[in-house]
Amino acid sequence: MVVANKYEMVCGLEVHVELQTKTKIFCSCTTEFGGEQNTHVCPVCLGMPGALPVLNREVVNYAIKAGLALNCEIAEFSKFDRKNYFYPDLSKNYQTSQFDLPICGKGGLEIEVDEQKKWIGITRAHMEEDAGKLVHSGDTITTSNESSVDYNRAGVPLLEIVSEPDMRSIPEVLAYLEKLVQILEYTEVSDCRMEQGSVRFDINVSLRQIGSTTFGTRTETKNLNSFSSVRRCMEYEIARQARVLDAGEKVVQETRTWDEGQGVTLALRSKEEAHDYRYFPEPDLAPLIIDREWVERIRKTLPELPEARRARLQELGLSAYDAGVITQSKALSDYFDAALSHYADAKTLANWVMGDVTRLLNSNQCSVGDSPISAKQLAELMGLIEKGTISGKIAKSVLEDMYSTGKDAGVIVKEKGLAQISDEGALLGIIDSVIAANPQSVEDYRAGKDRAIGFLVGQIMKATKGQANPGLVNRLLKEKLA
Amino acid sequence: MESVSIGKSVSELHELLVHKDISSIELTKAYIDRIQTVDPSLQAYLTVLEDEALALAAKVDQKVAQGETLKPLEGIPMALKDNMCTEGIRTSCASKMLENFVPPYNATVTNRLRTAGTILLGKLNMDEFAMGSSTENSYFAKTRNPWNLECVPGGSSGGSAVAVAGDEAAFTLGSDTGGSIRQPAAFCGVVGMKPTYGAVSRLGLIAFASSLDQIGPFTKTVRDNALVMNAIAGYDSLDSTSVPYETPDYTKFLVNDIKGLKIGIPREYFGEGIDPDVAKGIQAGIQTLIDLGAEVAECSLPHTEYAIPAYYLIATAEASSNLARYDGVRYGYRADSNDVLGMFKKTRAEGFGQEVKRRIMLGTYALSSGYYDAYYLKAQKVRTLIKQDFEKAFEKFDVLLSPTAPTPAFKFGEKSADPLAMYLSDITTVPINLAGIPAISIPAGFVNGLPIGMQLMGKAFGEGSLYRVAYTFEQNTNYHTLKPNLSREVLTCGSR
Repeated sequence: MVVANKYEMVCGLEVHVELQTKTKIFCSCTTEFGGEQNTHVCPVCLGMPGALPVLNREVVNYAIKAGLALNCEIAEFSKFDRKNYFYPDLSKNYQTSQFDLPICGKGGLEIEVDEQKKWIGITRAHMEEDAGKLVHSGDTITTSNESSVDYNRAGVPLLEIVSEPDMRSIPEVLAYLEKLVQILEYTEVSDCRMEQGSVRFDINVSLRQIGSTTFGTRTETKNLNSFSSVRRCMEYEIARQARVLDAGEKVVQETRTWDEGQGVTLALRSKEEAHDYRYFPEPDLAPLIIDREWVERIRKTLPELPEARRARLQELGLSAYDAGVITQSKALSDYFDAALSHYADAKTLANWVMGDVTRLLNSNQCSVGDSPISAKQLAELMGLIEKGTISGKIAKSVLEDMYSTGKDAGVIVKEKGLAQISDEGALLGIIDSVIAANPQSVEDYRAGKDRAIGFLVGQIMKATKGQANPGLVNRLLKEKLA
Repeated sequence: MESVSIGKSVSELHELLVHKDISSIELTKAYIDRIQTVDPSLQAYLTVLEDEALALAAKVDQKVAQGETLKPLEGIPMALKDNMCTEGIRTSCASKMLENFVPPYNATVTNRLRTAGTILLGKLNMDEFAMGSSTENSYFAKTRNPWNLECVPGGSSGGSAVAVAGDEAAFTLGSDTGGSIRQPAAFCGVVGMKPTYGAVSRLGLIAFASSLDQIGPFTKTVRDNALVMNAIAGYDSLDSTSVPYETPDYTKFLVNDIKGLKIGIPREYFGEGIDPDVAKGIQAGIQTLIDLGAEVAECSLPHTEYAIPAYYLIATAEASSNLARYDGVRYGYRADSNDVLGMFKKTRAEGFGQEVKRRIMLGTYALSSGYYDAYYLKAQKVRTLIKQDFEKAFEKFDVLLSPTAPTPAFKFGEKSADPLAMYLSDITTVPINLAGIPAISIPAGFVNGLPIGMQLMGKAFGEGSLYRVAYTFEQNTNYHTLKPNLSREVLTCGSR
């Protein structure tokens, strides 16, 4: 991406993902989101005197799984360290994290932007505990006159995934994030609910003269929690850095924060003011030894990843675009697969899933996972179209009824008498009367005006309230007029 | 009225209870009376739990009445250092910071001793957050040495040593990060064991330095010590540094026989700074062991001189992080301020004593960016070398032997103005914590009327060998039978 005709941007990301284990990383408190303040807490996550952490093995399983899905090396020997800093949401005033020996080493993933494929390297991924939350009494931190701390989130397991500075444009950054979140969702290590803060992004970005081989000075903007904020934040920050450089000044290496309301990044602390975290090995936890059998055991639990699933759908006849749309979210893709096990025509099914089904769900603000129409029910509806019991057009209204009543397609068709008229005898009578009633159109058709047949078919469909089998009507009508 | 049962060992008291010569309530009352008599002078206790103790004793008596068999520690009155959490009972760490802290949970040792049927008499004084060697750093009280009320009891578990020496509890627990059980045991003439790191759960022990802290018993006799270890040692899945190790019955090592046992005498532990009279006393002890058939030879632990600096870097580094949680937000002392940072600063400035602040600053410095490699990392390397010194020595010897402390108990104020001198007096004890091995201090004589201690060091999980040597020595000497004079005259004179 060329900025102001002379700069190239360089970006690397740190992504914090909440792992969706049932309990916290070092105690048995629930990780459930929400809950009354300070109800999901115990002496361990409150940092009470004498409390000791015990590592939740499930967190390690999830970290290994995510690491494998992201093509990372899984360390045989890793350990926890303490990151020391004072903040009221940090119950021990240190965060138990991993410093120099993280669980996941080098890896990466492939993105595609404008049909160009590119590999984005992952430097590392490590486990750590989340902090609590400050709750301010006023609307904003500046108008607040008191704050309380909610430690429900303290100790929720996080995986911090650090990328290489491999991204050169905002679309690349967004493609990387989308792909990353997609993989984490597919592996079910995180629910990736951004609105609940289960994924947070730190953006490291710098500019350099086009052609330069060294990196410029970067800034780090912390704690974004949606793709759209990432995009807006980057647009702002890149433009800001370009202005600084254009003015002949130097970009200051600093930590910045994104102000969503104003749409600007603001300086938080400079390199000189940066915390000295005084990392040292966590003496309350033994080093983590992961033998290869453990890794293989986890590898066996890896689901089909989006890439593989997309390839499989293409083999079934879907276009690359359609396969991409279907596999975008695991929920949609799982829904599609479930329907496919009851109905074989992938292409038709895809059209329905991407079209009417998605539209219906969206207009009802319903996620596919919560759809009242099961995949099996959808497959049954498809089958009714294929067998000619109902037309595609009728099927659309049946689908809506299925959504609102939860009933099976067959039941609705029967109850409402929507079955297509495919009985030649019955249709011939109607066709005869339509021909008799529209001599002009008949004459036009016979005179070579092909369009006239459309009008006649329309009249027949009208007479049958849309229930006539359109293919059959066409054939019979042509035979009559021949 | 003072009961005749006061001053007896745990195993003797057990016999009295079993044979109904005394009830648990009577025994408990006798100890409470004793505390009321001597503690105004000795000041070993920070909290006395009379009602709770008597209620527990009543339950034990009920069991006796119903003809149930008593476990070895059942009905035995004891007390805990005030850094071990006791549910519903203030646990202060002898700090203003936790002056009103009442934990909602028990330490594992508290639970285990409760399960063993012991009677908790109260909580004992200590150096604030276990930082010190004289118990002078307590925010609350100055604990006195029963052998000479003008002398310190040692530290940091001063209260635990004094309570046993002064017959204010049948046994106590202390914690040892760099000698905090063994040195006060030596100063007060009692038996004190620092077990192998990982042998006793640290859950609920308020941390000073996590990789060094270990809980252990103070007792009158070696047998008692083994009995208490039987109750408190063993794997705890809630302490990740606890070792899944099958704990033996420690009393089976109590045999009066050390023929052929190889004992090494590390020459570095008799070097500069060791009081010649102490050295002489320990030499006499060594002769006793030789006479009893031990094979004794000199050996070397060449990296000993680096133990003190390494220890004071590692221990303070961990402490600086462990003590960060005391910020006034969730529990403990809170100073008023207009903003959060101000509250943090003021709370910690007012809530911690001088020695604690000194160590937090030392540790913070040692971990600081740019200094980490030179200090913390180097100290860890030294730690490895010290560990290897011991491993090498234990290829040749079953047990190593040294004075527990370079001097007998010193006077109040004698060293508190010179922290470095105080730190240097830990030279014989801190290497053991760095290596994670067990060591016991047993009474080994007197210098100027003050007890001195003999330290026996063993390989990891070699507590059994230590008990064997200690028991044999004890059976062939009478130091453990001698008692300080705590007559009314001495006590009133001392509490002037």
